[in-house]
Amino acid sequence: MQKLVEIASGVSGGTLKAIDVVEEYLKRISARESEIHAFNLVTAEQARHDAEKIDNDIKAGKKVGALAGVPIALKDNMCTRGVETTCSSKILQGWKPPYDATVVTKLRNAGAVIVGKTNLDEFAMGSSTENSAFGPTRNPYDISRVPGGSSGGSAAAVAAGFAAASLGSDTGGSIRQPAALCGVVGVKPTYGTVSRYGLVAFASSLDQIGPFTSDVRDAATLLETISGHDPMDSTSIPQPALSLVSVLDQGVKGMRVGRVTDLPEGCEPDVLERLEASFDALRSAGATIVDVKLPSLQYCLTAYYLIAPAEASSNLARYDGVRFGNRVDAADLNSMYAATREAGFGEEVKRRIMLGTYALSAGYFDAYYGKALKVRRLISDDFARAYQNVDTILTPTSPSVAFKFGSKTDNPLAMYLCDVFTIPTNLAGHPAMSVPFGVGADSMPVGIQVLAPTLGEQAMFKVAAELERAS
Amino acid sequence: MSEVAALPNGWQLIVGLEVHVELATKTKMFSASANRFGDEPNTNIDPVTLGLPGALPVLNKHAIELAMRIGLALNCKVQPCTFHRKNYFYPDLPKAFQITQYDHPLNVDGFLMLPGDVRIGIERAHLEEDTGKSTHFGGASGRIHGSDYSLIDFNRAGVPLVEIVSRPDIRTSEQARQYVAELRSILLAVGASDAKMEEGSMRCDVNVSVHKPGTPFGTRCEIKNVNSIRSVGRAIDYESRRQVDLIESGGTIRQETRHWDDSTGRTETLRTKEDADDYRYFLEPDLVPLVPDQSWIEAVRAALPVLPAARRQALAELCGVDKDGESAIVVVERGQDDYVREVISAGGDARRAVIYVQQAFAEQGASPKVSAKDLAALTVLERDAKVTSTQAKTLLTDLIEAGGGDVLAMAAKRGFEALDTSAVEAMVDAAIAAEPGAWQKYCSGEEKALGALVGAVMKSSKGKADGKVITALLQAKKTA
Amino acid sequence: MAEKISQETVIKVSRLARLSLNTDEVEKMTAQLAGMLEHFRDIDALDLANVEPMTQPYPLKNVVREDVIAPSLDRDEVLSQAPTAESGRFRVPPTIGFDV
Repeated sequence: MQKLVEIASGVSGGTLKAIDVVEEYLKRISARESEIHAFNLVTAEQARHDAEKIDNDIKAGKKVGALAGVPIALKDNMCTRGVETTCSSKILQGWKPPYDATVVTKLRNAGAVIVGKTNLDEFAMGSSTENSAFGPTRNPYDISRVPGGSSGGSAAAVAAGFAAASLGSDTGGSIRQPAALCGVVGVKPTYGTVSRYGLVAFASSLDQIGPFTSDVRDAATLLETISGHDPMDSTSIPQPALSLVSVLDQGVKGMRVGRVTDLPEGCEPDVLERLEASFDALRSAGATIVDVKLPSLQYCLTAYYLIAPAEASSNLARYDGVRFGNRVDAADLNSMYAATREAGFGEEVKRRIMLGTYALSAGYFDAYYGKALKVRRLISDDFARAYQNVDTILTPTSPSVAFKFGSKTDNPLAMYLCDVFTIPTNLAGHPAMSVPFGVGADSMPVGIQVLAPTLGEQAMFKVAAELERAS
Repeated sequence: MSEVAALPNGWQLIVGLEVHVELATKTKMFSASANRFGDEPNTNIDPVTLGLPGALPVLNKHAIELAMRIGLALNCKVQPCTFHRKNYFYPDLPKAFQITQYDHPLNVDGFLMLPGDVRIGIERAHLEEDTGKSTHFGGASGRIHGSDYSLIDFNRAGVPLVEIVSRPDIRTSEQARQYVAELRSILLAVGASDAKMEEGSMRCDVNVSVHKPGTPFGTRCEIKNVNSIRSVGRAIDYESRRQVDLIESGGTIRQETRHWDDSTGRTETLRTKEDADDYRYFLEPDLVPLVPDQSWIEAVRAALPVLPAARRQALAELCGVDKDGESAIVVVERGQDDYVREVISAGGDARRAVIYVQQAFAEQGASPKVSAKDLAALTVLERDAKVTSTQAKTLLTDLIEAGGGDVLAMAAKRGFEALDTSAVEAMVDAAIAAEPGAWQKYCSGEEKALGALVGAVMKSSKGKADGKVITALLQAKKTA
Repeated sequence: MAEKISQETVIKVSRLARLSLNTDEVEKMTAQLAGMLEHFRDIDALDLANVEPMTQPYPLKNVVREDVIAPSLDRDEVLSQAPTAESGRFRVPPTIGFDV
């Protein structure tokens, strides 16, 4: 499997042809996609066309971008003009947006070649892609297991070699958890560093786009390309793109890395063993391991499962069968709304809309949503205290390795617990990334999560690069 | 409009107004698509306007500043504020929520003064976005009820609105009309809106209740679809009587929204409070707080023009007219007060200047064609009794038709040569001599007898003497 | 926190959300929501009296844009994605009753 940076330098340097790279990836997709189902749509023709244009530009001596000729897959909740964008939901099936998301524009400007739109849990709600209206994605390491979610298609696409990199979105762990389960690198940047314009909203104050790649350097390169201020997103931090590649070789000597002493229980022993090994590796590389306490961590799940559904219930109200997407006809307006939404949304989406509507409704707001916002503050304060003493914190990304299909579908709460280590980061708005670090039960990949404070991406990438060197 | 009698049996009217105004921006509240009335349907749309998946709002700086102008003109406190989502389903509301200001609006605690120094409190003036426009087809009435389907145009969706909420300080329908008229003139003066009620860029919801003084306010009804200042008065008069009649006949008022039907002159139930939606307000996570600092607020304040009330006051003082009188109101509303000031600077008579302009310059706009100097000359001619007031009116018409010119030449052309006071006095003496009976009656207090004497002088002067001058001379001779 | 969620509340909430749940779904949804809300009672133990709610992760203010027009989307392209359109507008079924 080729690295993103090798393809980009090969194509822009003339030693590789973008069209050959794309054909190679398309070949791999046709060989194994029916088994994996990473994609909702493979945009083969457009990809070939884009690759040829890049080759022509290079032949003509034109300057090309940092991702020239790199095949990239997009989670199917990012708007692509004229190209179907479904969120893996029946309600949006067939919808062709009239505009591109900011990240899509940035990728195109950088010369990336979009190979397709990847599968996800419907509207990014889930941890296994089993909630996709179009069938689940399978884990390339073991097709009887889930790839994680919600960005399971994007993780699997990179793990299976269908794309050199992909983009996902992370609201409560939807990049990091599938990255861990599929053995790839996945990054959730600081809230506000990557524009959300054109990302179909799940929970606006938590959503963030980030990369999946096969190594840390590729992740740094891709994140540099897609980050930076966007005037179309009011929550975008007014600062230039992140600078990350330059710090990757700096090592961790003298860095302070946090070990959470009050980590929530329920982790598989193999996963905890890998966590200890990661501390050992960093210690050997010259870092100091410091114990930190995050007492509010245990309340994260509650805060998250009130805040995210509340925002989602409002964000998903626009799917009303009027302006876009699918409609179930009825004699009057309210019947049309109800029939459209009943038929268009899957069970998990409805559950969260119900939960969120309830949490915001008159008489319950203070008891649920209002309280959850305060708990969110406690969690943020806990982190702030911890980061007075450490530069980064390490936890497992997921309590377990990839699980079997159907093992958690009957119990929403059990599924929600998959995100127990990833959710706190979203609530705080901090960056975190998952790095593959060996294997656990049944030789399935284990990911270690590196957490950092707001805009602490450089420290996070230094530690991630060190873990990669040690694994 | 005829005055309607006060409510019977000691009932007191309580009115509060919610006025929505569309701001005169180039673009929408949260996106760069055009804010333009009257374009082809769905030609001013973008992902934000349509509430497409993935679209995000960004605040329009100019809309904020226009809202601040409104707040400052209404004596409000301009404060740090936030935006909320008001969630409800309706086909002309693209996102199924309206972005509006909830517990922290931009402008709070202001007031507006009505004639007679009546102070109407302004609770808040907050920013929000307009909805699209539904047109209902089929069915008999063309109304929502009974239609077969609706078509939706989103050009208006996302147009910036300011909602101005008064306190329930209004006590008569006349005050309500004055409030809307005054608010409208302020909005026009500060350039915040074109405030055209007929095009819907200014819309009034009227909250009406009745009570007996000393008892709590009654249950209020909100009246929608009140589309002119005249309708505001009519709707309040109808609704308050309906409420009094209902209470006096043993009924109770339900809190409800009512629809004003201008053709029948009645209000009817639109929806009751029971089926009101639960709007599930929460802070809009896609926007950040708006915290106007003092220097921003002061810059906006400094750019405010002199407001209508102050202009009327200044004009009234300058011209010796009532600040709440018709001439001050009309001249300021037309923006002709600066012109009146120029006429006075050019040596014109102040009182005559404002009245000439009020009466004859309705079509002239803020910069009349007649030069200030020419109008000044006419006022002087009349003041100095070189022409009669009737002649002056004729000359004013001539002046306007010609777009200005030499008033003296015009007077000469009309044969309005001046009669000086001594000439008139001689005629007055002649008239007294000729009509001794009338003179006697006048001197003993019979004012009616004056007419015969004045008429005699007019006749002998062939209409060139000024009636006022004649009267004054007769008065002087009587008391002498 | 509030009492256990009832089927009536679930039906009311489903109406607010414009979801038409059938009897089985209401039953199942009531049980599932009750289970979750029970779990969410853990935060009742916290003293939150003096805690400021956190609504956004990164403190920004006064994010505005200039009042400059950008081109409209193409109406035909947009209407081609609508379930039904007519005369340049979006078509919807009639509203029953006086709802607005």
